[in-house]
Amino acid sequence: MEQEPEWVESTGADGAVVLSANGPWTIGAVSTLDRRIKAVPLNGAQIAELDLSGITKLDTAGAWLLYRTRRDLLADGIDTRLKGLDTRYEPLLDLVEQADLAHPEIERVRPNALLSLLDRVGKSVCDAAEEGVNLLNFLGLTIVTMLRVIAKPRRMRVVSLVNQIEQTGLNAMGIVGLLLFLIGVVLAFQSAEQLRKFAAEILTADGLAILVLREIGVLIAAILIAGRSGSAFTAEIGMMKVNEEIDALRTTGVDPIEVLVLPRINALLLTLPLLTFFANVAALTGGTIMSVATLDVTYTQFVRQLADAMTLKNFIVGMVKAPVFAFLIGLVGCYEGLQVGGSAESIGRLTTKSVVESIVLVILADATFSIVFSYLGI
Amino acid sequence: MESDVVIKVRGLRTQFGAQVIHDKLDLDIHRGQVVGVVGGSGTGKSVLLRTILGLNTPREGEIEVLGEDARRTADTVQQRTGVLFQNGALFSSLTVAENIQVPMREHLDLSRDLMDELAALKISMVGLPPDAGPKFPSELSGGMRKRAGLARALSLDPEILFLDEPTAGLDPIGAAAFDNLIAELQKGLGLTVFMVTHDLDSLSAICDSIAVLVDKRVRLGTMSEHMKDSHPWIQSYFHGPRARAALASRLVT
Repeated sequence: MEQEPEWVESTGADGAVVLSANGPWTIGAVSTLDRRIKAVPLNGAQIAELDLSGITKLDTAGAWLLYRTRRDLLADGIDTRLKGLDTRYEPLLDLVEQADLAHPEIERVRPNALLSLLDRVGKSVCDAAEEGVNLLNFLGLTIVTMLRVIAKPRRMRVVSLVNQIEQTGLNAMGIVGLLLFLIGVVLAFQSAEQLRKFAAEILTADGLAILVLREIGVLIAAILIAGRSGSAFTAEIGMMKVNEEIDALRTTGVDPIEVLVLPRINALLLTLPLLTFFANVAALTGGTIMSVATLDVTYTQFVRQLADAMTLKNFIVGMVKAPVFAFLIGLVGCYEGLQVGGSAESIGRLTTKSVVESIVLVILADATFSIVFSYLGI
Repeated sequence: MESDVVIKVRGLRTQFGAQVIHDKLDLDIHRGQVVGVVGGSGTGKSVLLRTILGLNTPREGEIEVLGEDARRTADTVQQRTGVLFQNGALFSSLTVAENIQVPMREHLDLSRDLMDELAALKISMVGLPPDAGPKFPSELSGGMRKRAGLARALSLDPEILFLDEPTAGLDPIGAAAFDNLIAELQKGLGLTVFMVTHDLDSLSAICDSIAVLVDKRVRLGTMSEHMKDSHPWIQSYFHGPRARAALASRLVT
């Protein structure tokens, strides 16, 4: 049975307080010992003797308690002597002493809560403004590079463009198709419920066509692509940044904007309009199936009504937005990827930021389009 | 009472797919030894370390750490061992001081003040400046991260310390200081140290035996014993210009 760690007070021969440490002074016991040490009163003592001969085991945590006790006693003006410490533990006590002397107590200044809140708010506003400026800069850089590549089409990276088209377009078709189909089902169901009250169920087709073609198709497709491809852009480019691959490209004389950013943005510019068209088809199919199944209309009736509402104008209003959204998503995704710092930790943070930023920008752009179109009376 | 052997490996076989890394590997490490593990690239130095720690499951063989089977990651063993991973492996969402306190919080019931004192003590012991405590790992340099990782490994005053390339990526002065620190702690605490390293200076300065991984097994011996070994890889390792320089510097000091 192992001995219990102890800290015992007694009176020595010359009126000194004798404090004896017994048993294992290790990290498992320091919690108890700390309380014991603080509980022993030393009122009026002039001399203290620490008898350490009973210590059976010592580690840095125990040594710290011994050292701290002696230091505090000395600071209180009590003459303190150590006695009986096993010689093999002496280096440990020295180690702890050196460590403590190397680090004088530092005063930790706790900042005013209100001030630090103000500080944080100010900082985040400035950061956001700076981010906006940087993004504009990056936009300019991308456009200049794009024009340069158009002037010299041989510099176009066809292989990576095709690769990106596959990843951002072809591979996204499943999820875009499924989600838009379901959204079409939900839209038809909800509007039919309301229109039934006016016995105008057939107008479900008009509502569906206008909503899907003008807004829902392109918006949902863009948000899905922002989450799917925008985040992938940031993570891929960020990982390359961490591996210093971007620096390697630069030192070999290859422009990273040209080989990494342009193929991605161009791929999105091509695929998002196509995906939008596909999304429209999926949503309208879903809406039609739902309406025919639940409403009192025949398939022919519904499709005729739908075809009347699907004007070219509505279709174009939706499609015009697609390349703009694609550009925003690609730009933000690549920009945030290039912002990744030296460590892998920032990849996660910036990927999240990239998705949030591109979705916010997409919706802002969509709102702007709506305002502009209503002014133009389209 | 457990025996003097703190790490015991018998008939270890590790394999990834068809690639056999270790085969019939035996190893005994005694209490208080400082063992350096060396070997060419891909000979499975880090794999051996991870296997002993129970992070890899071996295909065959027995591993005992402090008398317990390594495959059952026993709580008591984890409290008595400390690990410094190659890049520190600090928890990025916690400050350095909080990182050091993680093992204390998990295994012990200490008061906040005492944990703060002990964390400050460890930070100072590993040679970090006092203001490193409230910093996050991302604010530290590579060398400082290693030191912080060591401070966390030492948090519970372990009996065995596992180090994965502790001096890689440090400047020579920092590396020498790190070696000194480990040697000092080893003497003060009676630690057993299991160290994967390529640094010949640390091998000659602080290791009292060297485990060489060749032919899927381990050859354990002192530096002078290895110098006499006729195996070609060991020959070229311990007789290369770098080895000679490291040895010469030890003879001078």
